[in-house]
Amino acid sequence: MSWLSNLTPPGIKNMFKRQDSGDSLWVKCGGCGEMIFRRDLEASLQVCPSCNHHMKISVAERLKHLFDGGIYETIALPEPVMDPLRFRDEKKYVDRLKENRKKTGRNDAMEVAAGSIEGLPVIVAVQDFDFMGGSMGMALGEALIKAAEEAVARRRPLVVFTASGGARMQEGILSLMQMPRTTIAVEMLREARLPYVVVHAHPTTGGVTASFAMLGDVHFAEPGALIGFAGPRVIEQTIRETLPEGFQRAEFLLEKGMIDQVVHRKDMRQALSRLLRVLTKTGAVATPARPAIEMERPKAAGGGERAAPVPLDKAAE
Amino acid sequence: MRTYLEFEQPIAELEGRIADLKQMDGVNVSEEVQKLQAKADQLLADTYARLTRWQKTQVARHAARPHFSDYVKYLVEDFTPLAGDRRFGEDAAILGGPARFRGRSIMLIGHEKGSDTASRVKHNFGMASPEGYRKAMRLMDMAERFHLPVVALVDTPGAYPGRGAEERGQAEAIASCTEKCLSLGAPLVSTIVGEGGSGGAVALAAANKVLMLEHAVYSVISPEGCASILWKDAAGKGESKAPEAAEAMKVAAQDLLELGVIDAIVPEPLGGAHRDIPLTVERLGDAVETAIHELEGMSPDELRAHRRRKFLEIGRAGLA
Ligand SMILES: [Zn+2]
Repeated sequence: MSWLSNLTPPGIKNMFKRQDSGDSLWVKCGGCGEMIFRRDLEASLQVCPSCNHHMKISVAERLKHLFDGGIYETIALPEPVMDPLRFRDEKKYVDRLKENRKKTGRNDAMEVAAGSIEGLPVIVAVQDFDFMGGSMGMALGEALIKAAEEAVARRRPLVVFTASGGARMQEGILSLMQMPRTTIAVEMLREARLPYVVVHAHPTTGGVTASFAMLGDVHFAEPGALIGFAGPRVIEQTIRETLPEGFQRAEFLLEKGMIDQVVHRKDMRQALSRLLRVLTKTGAVATPARPAIEMERPKAAGGGERAAPVPLDKAAE
Repeated sequence: MRTYLEFEQPIAELEGRIADLKQMDGVNVSEEVQKLQAKADQLLADTYARLTRWQKTQVARHAARPHFSDYVKYLVEDFTPLAGDRRFGEDAAILGGPARFRGRSIMLIGHEKGSDTASRVKHNFGMASPEGYRKAMRLMDMAERFHLPVVALVDTPGAYPGRGAEERGQAEAIASCTEKCLSLGAPLVSTIVGEGGSGGAVALAAANKVLMLEHAVYSVISPEGCASILWKDAAGKGESKAPEAAEAMKVAAQDLLELGVIDAIVPEPLGGAHRDIPLTVERLGDAVETAIHELEGMSPDELRAHRRRKFLEIGRAGLA
């Protein structure tokens, strides 16, 4: 920022200052510091063209890019009791909720959608970091359970994009209870033998990481995403030393065996499609998008422990 | 020598005077002692009937509170402590092994905080690393194999937020241990006996029956942690606003019973569990026995379904 403050006249400085207001023309990259034209950034999915730094992408942008033709169906989510503890700190929790609802236009920190990725029908849940830091409370728990139920009912894989600071403290123990509750959602998918993929976006920490985010069949992560149980500051306070560069970043977790791949945002659609098509025994994209799974017949009449293969999108009909 | 908490100072003074009087030779003080004892008992009863949530937090953390080793001593017989996760190491923050409980074979698993400096360091103050959770999973697998009910005792400030713990997958270990609890084909009865600190506690408490000792606390974050974040009380490390955070988060057993998060409260002896450890353990034993008895007839699938139903229902009904 120093070159700006030193060299630019006040008028221009103010223009740059407006960078976070959402409608300025330029955005400063948090990675390399370069100023990027906002329209270019939108075209590159909020990834810096110079250094590949992945910035925050809105839920709507992500879904639009992910699904074929940008078309998807939004799944209605349950609305649990608002403010069960009648919590207030320096501000009332209900007021915080109202503010965040107004700011984001959504009821809580997760959106669930149905659509197709390269022709393959999937259910996708996305955490919204802009809604109280993507924190996990009752609404988020119910949203994930709903996403899993929808995936099971429609016989589709579930992909969850995580981004969360952790628990919704204002819901106290009921927030903590979302750890086992979302784990139950994952178990529903396991029992139905449906693929469950987690994509860790920046940042994914706390109770979210320590529940559904670390239980995927496959874990992808966006480059540079911070992923961990405890936040770096808490760790540094505990061990009284400074953590090395890159600690808890996606690349570090890849090295430690906690995630399967670091995937650039622009490649995410293809990576998910490739993986899910193989796991669901669906033909490759190049061939007609007809589920190849129909070709396989149950080995014994009457089933056995393995359910007869059903075309993934047909079972619910 | 009894350790008194700050809010117990008036009780400490009375009990101190009683002790002094008892030591006086040749003077007939029995009447005075009796009077003071009655006063002290009344004060203790009054104080403990009106504990704030922050005071309960301190009772739950009391240095002399019964710990895992006390439960091993008074609750079970023929305990064989097992060590190691068979993957990386041994974590003494979580202990466990097969034991005999009132004639039944069980698997006992729980956090151990330690009771003096050396043992606290050894057990890392009850803050488990991934190895602790992975050992717990190993023991739960074994329990399922031999059809043993699992009795879990939760007492932790939280999972250890250390560098090595993160490197070895703390989040994954907690998540998988929670999933192991939920998918276990054996009865699982968990009791929050002291502090139920966040994910580190829930990893052993996604159980068929969740009990709490009367003055135990169970919360998503410590009151200090909550205060430092929400009240921006970082300078005081959250201590000055912690009482308010404890109130706001409703961390007490009585709150959790009302919210439908736990199944029952086990009454503590007057003045807290640390005043009579054998009695505390006996009462806990009664509650655990009742819980196991209710679950024993269930098949593995029924046990899993029971757990799932129970946790899915939390927060869906009975809240206003
Ligand atoms: Zn850049």
